[in-house]
Amino acid sequence: MTAVSVQPDALVDARPAPPRRRARRRITGGGVAAGVVLWGYGIVAIAPLIVMVFDSFRSNTDVLSHPLAFPTSPTVHNYSVAWSQASFATYVQNSALVTITAVLLDVCVSLPAAYAIGRFGFRGRGVLTAYFLSGLMLPIRLGILPMFYLLGDFHMIDSRLGLILVYAASGVPFSVFILSAFFRTLPGEIEEAARIDGAGDFRIFASVMVPLVRPAIATVVVFRFVPLWTDFFFPLVLLRTTNKYTLPVGLTQFVGEFQQNWAALFAGLVIATVPLVVLFVIATKQIVAGLTAGMSR
Amino acid sequence: MRWRTVLMFVAPAFALYSVFIVYPLVSAMADSFWTWEGTARTGFAGLGNFRSLFTEFPLNHQLRAAFWHTVLFFVGTMIVQNTFGLLIAVLLHEGRFGKRFLQAAYALPYLIGALVVGYLWNLLLNPAFGPVNQTMSNVGLGSLTRDWLGDPGTALPMVILINAWHYIGFPILLFGAALAGQPPEFTDASRVDGANAWQRFRMITFPLLLPAIGLVSILTFISCFNAFEIVYALSGSQGNQPTGPGGATDLLGLIFYRVAFQQGGENAIGQSSAIAVLMFVLIFGVAVLANWYFRRREALLT
Repeated sequence: MTAVSVQPDALVDARPAPPRRRARRRITGGGVAAGVVLWGYGIVAIAPLIVMVFDSFRSNTDVLSHPLAFPTSPTVHNYSVAWSQASFATYVQNSALVTITAVLLDVCVSLPAAYAIGRFGFRGRGVLTAYFLSGLMLPIRLGILPMFYLLGDFHMIDSRLGLILVYAASGVPFSVFILSAFFRTLPGEIEEAARIDGAGDFRIFASVMVPLVRPAIATVVVFRFVPLWTDFFFPLVLLRTTNKYTLPVGLTQFVGEFQQNWAALFAGLVIATVPLVVLFVIATKQIVAGLTAGMSR
Repeated sequence: MRWRTVLMFVAPAFALYSVFIVYPLVSAMADSFWTWEGTARTGFAGLGNFRSLFTEFPLNHQLRAAFWHTVLFFVGTMIVQNTFGLLIAVLLHEGRFGKRFLQAAYALPYLIGALVVGYLWNLLLNPAFGPVNQTMSNVGLGSLTRDWLGDPGTALPMVILINAWHYIGFPILLFGAALAGQPPEFTDASRVDGANAWQRFRMITFPLLLPAIGLVSILTFISCFNAFEIVYALSGSQGNQPTGPGGATDLLGLIFYRVAFQQGGENAIGQSSAIAVLMFVLIFGVAVLANWYFRRREALLT
């Protein structure tokens, strides 16, 4: 049922392998060709992003006449246009509020469920696990219409709370999957020791077990943050008023209004991207570990 | 284990997931069997909504075109990822100068949302002011410049390349991890046995990479058949904005959105739900089958 199988050790232990001693290599034709391919594609991979950043610091006239140039007299004018004139300040706040709350809610409900699935023995556990994990492969966007009317019944159309609930729910399968795999690897003696000390189920869960799966929580947070921050589909349908827009919907409106102002558009794209790059820099270890977690088994 | 304890641990996640994810999907299935006028259910349609998807002009033509575009979109993306991505990963594995930097460079586009990627390339490929055409003119390739995203002939290939550019960091990382996990004894032994580089790749490395290739293919399939943002930003939701390739980049995800919220008539709920059911069966069915198939192949190999 699951598309990826996780060896939890792989998530924790993301340390780079010790460097192998580098053999002195003779310069060969094949080696040069390989270098050309690798560095050539390296340039293709980042050049568009460099153009985006450079042009966001240049004046619009310059950008339109010479799109490929270094910002010789850098200006932050475009950022102030995007930030205040085009209300990116509001969009960023909304995106941060919605994404962070949804991820927190997701983790809070998934932790106990994953703990029960990972460590309790009860009848129907297999079915329940399959029920949660099938969500990993469900194309959940296809439920958008009933979701829309459901939120309508709750008076949560054009509401950030409605979006938060949908987002948190959409993360449950992944979070339960990762967290339960982690809980399963913890030795049983820990629980027994805590129980002898007189701790109840909830106490054991909250004060003993949860702190032990902190690396898994970090993985879940990083991996749920990115798709929610960049999601466009749900806010496009579920939000109506500009002051509630998250970044992607706000960006669409901005692109429509500032079609002629390329420099400002580039600045808007940079604003939408920077938080993810910051997250990447902070959490590279978690991201690489999570991406490759499916490999070892 | 007492039932009450289990219930208290599981109930919040169960409720949230069931109400906001499972119920809407099940409900969409039920809706597809009824006829609708606006939001009012007017009668049982049986398979009528499904039939209308294949008979009602112009929807039937749009759907058929979108289906094949999506297939091409998936096949194209997968071919680029599993050939070029694999090549990069293998070359990178040889351990060259600047490996860490290159890895980060390849992964960087992966971090950006599909919508931002779409808007960015829309600017870069703009026929009048875009740097791509300008650069081509400057180096004497002016005759080859065109409206890459507006020309129906090049629009879909461009969308495929942009999508591959966006996601290729993931297969490179994954293949890299799989290569790093392979015991060097295998290739060393075959080298002693006199196997050349290609034979070593074909007989040793490739079979060991199969789980990674399977995983990449399944995830690419799911993401391609759900894709929506990238074409929305590159071609506009009608597939004709701002200059538009006249529907040449319509994908199933876009058609579903359009029928549900834009062009759908009175029976928008019925028809879009029918589309949703067909897409659901296709995506979930293929994902489960492919997963089963790759697991069996692996089991046979080990």
